[in-house]
Amino acid sequence: MTPVVPPVVEVGDLVVRYGTATALDRVSLTVGAGELVALVGPNGAGKSSLVNAIMGIVRPASGRVRVSGRVALVPEGRQMFGDLSVDDNLRLGAWRRRGRPGARDTSRVYEVLPELTRVRHQRAGTLSGGQQQMVAFGRALMAEPDVVVVDELSLGLAPMVTAGLAEHLRSLNAGRGLAVLLIEQNARLALDLCGRGYVLEAGRIRAQGSADELARSAEVAAAYLGGPATTAEPGGSGPEGTGPDGTKRGAAKGGGTGPGGAVSGREARP
Amino acid sequence: MSDFLQYLISGLAVGCGFALLASGLVTIHRVTRVVNFAQGMFAVVAGLTAGSLLSAGLPHGLAEVAAVAVAGAAGLLVGLIATGRRGTSAQSALIVTLGLGFVAYAVEIMIWGDNPRSHPGLGGSVQFAGAFVQKQSFLVIGVTAVVFAALWLFFNRSYPGKALSACASNPYAARAVGIDVTRMGLVAFALGGMLGGTAGVLLTPMLPISYNSDVLLITNGFAAAVLGGLNRPGPALAGALVLGVAEAMVAGYYEAAYQTVVALALMLAIMIWQSSRRTALQEETAR
Ligand SMILES: Nc1ncnc2c1ncn2[C@@H]1O[C@H](COP(=O)(O)OP(=O)(O)O)[C@@H](O)[C@H]1O
Ligand SMILES: [Mg+2]
Repeated sequence: MTPVVPPVVEVGDLVVRYGTATALDRVSLTVGAGELVALVGPNGAGKSSLVNAIMGIVRPASGRVRVSGRVALVPEGRQMFGDLSVDDNLRLGAWRRRGRPGARDTSRVYEVLPELTRVRHQRAGTLSGGQQQMVAFGRALMAEPDVVVVDELSLGLAPMVTAGLAEHLRSLNAGRGLAVLLIEQNARLALDLCGRGYVLEAGRIRAQGSADELARSAEVAAAYLGGPATTAEPGGSGPEGTGPDGTKRGAAKGGGTGPGGAVSGREARP
Repeated sequence: MSDFLQYLISGLAVGCGFALLASGLVTIHRVTRVVNFAQGMFAVVAGLTAGSLLSAGLPHGLAEVAAVAVAGAAGLLVGLIATGRRGTSAQSALIVTLGLGFVAYAVEIMIWGDNPRSHPGLGGSVQFAGAFVQKQSFLVIGVTAVVFAALWLFFNRSYPGKALSACASNPYAARAVGIDVTRMGLVAFALGGMLGGTAGVLLTPMLPISYNSDVLLITNGFAAAVLGGLNRPGPALAGALVLGVAEAMVAGYYEAAYQTVVALALMLAIMIWQSSRRTALQEETAR
């Protein structure tokens, strides 16, 4: 359960308050180098507050946030620079690395996310939700991060689009050892993709463990997996082909969508 | 005909001054969403400072540039006071800028008194198609053209310019990629101060100014800037030129006392027409 790799993100006893309201109450969490970690929980649990504290956007009341290496954010709601082009959105993702030679070269993003090449000169505000989420991905990658925090991958997106984005995350993780902290309300999606996870509720970590343990846990199943808890073997709801470390999982989700499939071009514009 | 040309060119020149002021309003609003009611003050401070520096023996050029720098510092100061604290809303910042405008009155009266002042600009006039036009008018028009071109290049072609635009477009995303939004706002205020100051040093030789000239300047500058939703320099420039020319025509052919009233009535009409068109468009798209 404890990661054997050194952590890239280490959060300890973190407290975040807005005025008198406590959004996070002594939350601790780690993400190891190259690890995929899920953070699930209902609306208002404090997930985005944790994200903002990690990014240094919100100042914690107490506790520690330690990030070794670079962290980049795919923010909740995608948060495009709507009146700037896709290319400019990507370039601004390199702001922390400005001044370094080649920092603003967007070609490496188009290599990873070829779907964006076609719309590179379009204004980001005119894209579909799925395309915008991909721009948000690309913008984060421009920071050359060691870890990416994805705040609500699936929010407002069609399942097929989400499956494609999840596939991108998986291959970035496998291909270049990018660590990911995936925030999701769809626990099934998150636990399917990640080896390890945390459950946040009302500002507190309620459960943590390997994705299998969490998926099997009665509480989690009842609350987030939309079914009665199964205390025995993971039956129909448990994913197949889980390795002992819980990280190697098949691309079984998304209604048979193959790897990398069905992202751009097919979803309807809002 | 020669009267008309003379009014037209001096009107364009004054309109350029309004446009420079408006571009400062737009720059600050684009980045911080704050409507800066102290914008006219930058022009007054720069105009009066340039006069003092010239009387102190500084040569032309140097005096004006120094005065613009002083206005930039004033802009930075206004920005620090109005937005320097984390989490200040754009609305409360607006009130602060209004208050700072009045505080500036006291300081300006202390330094320069309350009589209108002027300083010599580019003296003399040239004969141009039968009309005598002040050389200063051409200087104002030329400088404005250069400044607007530079602004366009900065915001649309340069990386820091794009980062400034990004702050206005989406402050949260800007923070997420590591842009210091508060600091960028201060940069915008300093830039806005310099743009207002440029208007001041260019206009003062044509229109003597005193501490409360900021009212006339901000009224015209604001009316022009609103045309572009306070975010677009292009429409602001067009609006400012229309205002300047309309005022020069009213003053030339009719009565100087009515020039601002007539020009603002014209502006109001354009704004009402614009907003009714926009509403119709929104209804169209909502369908
Ligand atoms: N900027 C803010 N000011 C005040 N309260 C906030 C702010 N951001 C979030 N909150 C509150 O903190 C709690 C946690 O919110 P959030 O972190 O956005 O949760 P989640 O991302 O899990 O939905 C909620 O009760 C929310 O209303
Ligand atoms: Mg959230």
